[in-house]
Amino acid sequence: MRIAITHSTTYRSEGAARAIQALRLTPPSGQSQTVVSWQVRVPGGGTPMRYTDAFGNLVELAASNGPVTDVRIVAEGVVDTVDTAGVVGPGWEAMAPDVCLRRTKLTESDDAIRAFGESCRRDDTLSTLHAILDELHELVAYDTSATTSDTTAKAAFASRRGVCQDHAHIFIAAARSLSIPARYVTGYMLTDGGESVAHHAWAEALTVELGWVGFDAANGQCPTERYVRLAIGLDALEAAPIRGIRLGGAAESLHVGVSVQESQSQSQSQA
Amino acid sequence: MLKKQAYSTGNDTVCFDEMLRSDFSARDCYRTLYDWLQRQTQSGIRTKQAEADAIFRRMGITFAVYGAAEANERLIPFDLIPRVISAAEWRFLERGIEQRVRALNAFLHDIYHRQEIVRAGLIPSAMVNGNSAFLPQMMGFDPPRGVYSHIIGTDIVRTAEDGFFVLEDNLRTPSGVSYMLENRETMMHLFPELFAAHRVAPVERYPELLRQTLESVAPSGCDGEPTIAVLTPGIFNSAYFEHAFLADQMGVELVQGSDLVVEDGALWMRTIRGRARVDVLYRRIDDAFIDPLNFRPDSLLGVPGLFDLYRAGRVTLVNAPGTGIADDKAVYAYVPAIVEFYTGEKPILKNVATWRCAIDEERAHVLAHLEELVVKEVHGSGGYGMLIGPRSTRQQRADFAERIRANPGNYIAQPTLALSTCPAFAGSGVGPRHVDLRPFVLVGDRVRVVPGGLTRVALKKGSLVVNSSQGGGTKDTWVLED
Repeated sequence: MRIAITHSTTYRSEGAARAIQALRLTPPSGQSQTVVSWQVRVPGGGTPMRYTDAFGNLVELAASNGPVTDVRIVAEGVVDTVDTAGVVGPGWEAMAPDVCLRRTKLTESDDAIRAFGESCRRDDTLSTLHAILDELHELVAYDTSATTSDTTAKAAFASRRGVCQDHAHIFIAAARSLSIPARYVTGYMLTDGGESVAHHAWAEALTVELGWVGFDAANGQCPTERYVRLAIGLDALEAAPIRGIRLGGAAESLHVGVSVQESQSQSQSQA
Repeated sequence: MLKKQAYSTGNDTVCFDEMLRSDFSARDCYRTLYDWLQRQTQSGIRTKQAEADAIFRRMGITFAVYGAAEANERLIPFDLIPRVISAAEWRFLERGIEQRVRALNAFLHDIYHRQEIVRAGLIPSAMVNGNSAFLPQMMGFDPPRGVYSHIIGTDIVRTAEDGFFVLEDNLRTPSGVSYMLENRETMMHLFPELFAAHRVAPVERYPELLRQTLESVAPSGCDGEPTIAVLTPGIFNSAYFEHAFLADQMGVELVQGSDLVVEDGALWMRTIRGRARVDVLYRRIDDAFIDPLNFRPDSLLGVPGLFDLYRAGRVTLVNAPGTGIADDKAVYAYVPAIVEFYTGEKPILKNVATWRCAIDEERAHVLAHLEELVVKEVHGSGGYGMLIGPRSTRQQRADFAERIRANPGNYIAQPTLALSTCPAFAGSGVGPRHVDLRPFVLVGDRVRVVPGGLTRVALKKGSLVVNSSQGGGTKDTWVLED
């Protein structure tokens, strides 16, 4: 499937300030997806500098050369996808898998999560992970008003409510509690109509059988050809597409617009 | 003023004295100093001591003691009697230290790449990958020349004629080198006749060697002479004097986070002549605080984007972030295996026996022998958070046992070492006091061990704690040349 994505983010502050952002806004090509074209634009943001981070994400560092009130970041491009039933496949991977067993503040487990993980234990890793996926989807309701970006897996699991970030964090916490390496993925998802979940997040876990496999507990399924992987990390903070700091300045407002659609040209060529 | 019968630690335990043998004859390297000591008078020494204190105050060498409310800064006591190390002893130490720092740098490179040592089963994966001192963000990165820890202060203790042990490797941001330099300068001023009677290896070149080391690890894209800066957390840091001193001695800028900015893919410092690009940053700020964009977001000491620049190869951070995994007290027990794995040689310098409380059998041993052991927190430093078994009360041992049971992975234990003693001026005469040694090592285009180091001395009679924060002092350390 050919998917066209436009992801724009605008930060506006009341007073002018220097702004600096680390952008993880370039999807990698791999078994499940091939990037046809991609561009990240940071108007007035100075010369961006690129490098590959420890997880293999391409990072662009954009720093404004002087005080600014608005920063508008646009990532845009076209990606071809295939359905691999969530299997990520081999790729450039510097990170030792066991690092994905580490505790982070957002993915730390407690007795409740550990007990939940135990209850999902099956004969093999893949079945265990599918059990976590199914159970979690049932157990934690999708609710956009219950949590924030700082909510931990423990708190979200206790409240039984949350958004995709919380589902992913709980999934990761449960998998790690069973000594299964797990990591956080940000990306895009093509939805049937509404654009509200176009910017999406899910988890990946390491299986003996298939290597890294994606699990989207918010939707109760493994990623399909409607998913585009953007960046990975130990949790939402590390995999964040945009991580920024303002030096000075006042209150900040944020507007994010994402449009993900099946590309016309692809549909035509398929016809 | 040296009275043989009074030359005693006051303890029953027999320990090795570096000056006098048990028959009160002087060891070879101390013979000249011993004769000189016997000729000194108490009033003469008092005068010299006052002179030394005045010099240190004038130079502004003080240090802050955490938790000491009355005096934020005070002078570290300086003992006038130099510690003497023979040329042969030094050659042994130098070889051992070089072997160890090469192995530990190879270990760092390995665990931040393929982790062969974990695959080989020599160190448990969780000990590395689950360790809070391990920095996942460093995975897959190649620092210039493959060096992670460039500036090292290896803590060495001695228990016998040939019994040298490494107590700590200090691969993060070791301090104390300014005392080594200032102690020497002061001694040369006070006792020129003693220097005339000994061939003492010079330490004065340290700032120049430090500068050469820093220049040698400039980013590969840096043309011409690299620009170096020293990053300090600021004047409230206990080692601020040293940061300022080293910058001054090297002729480079001393900066704080607020003087630095990341722009156009480079690190810049604001100077009175406008902005200047920085190629190598000798940072004296802990990993967690160097970059609020990547690490602790509440840090006001660091520079946002600094770590991104580093990973992009646009600036070199010295020491590299993430070196703490190699001087972690739990990993310490594996260092002999680490040395063998990467060098193929037997370790020249010994480790102190270490029991890891995370391991059931070892913890059982520790809990059964608390009275004999020293128990340390894995991430503690400065002599805080430790139990010295033989000097502890029943209550203190009970408290520690509880803490160990609650969080076993946080503790290790070692035997109480009979640290060697050196003569020190004490009260009305000269007495043996326990010492350790921190030689300073530089790793860049090659390994340089400066002949000497910082000798810390427990000035309280019988005390084994040499940390300056716990009432220890320092001495000049003389490495003799053949």
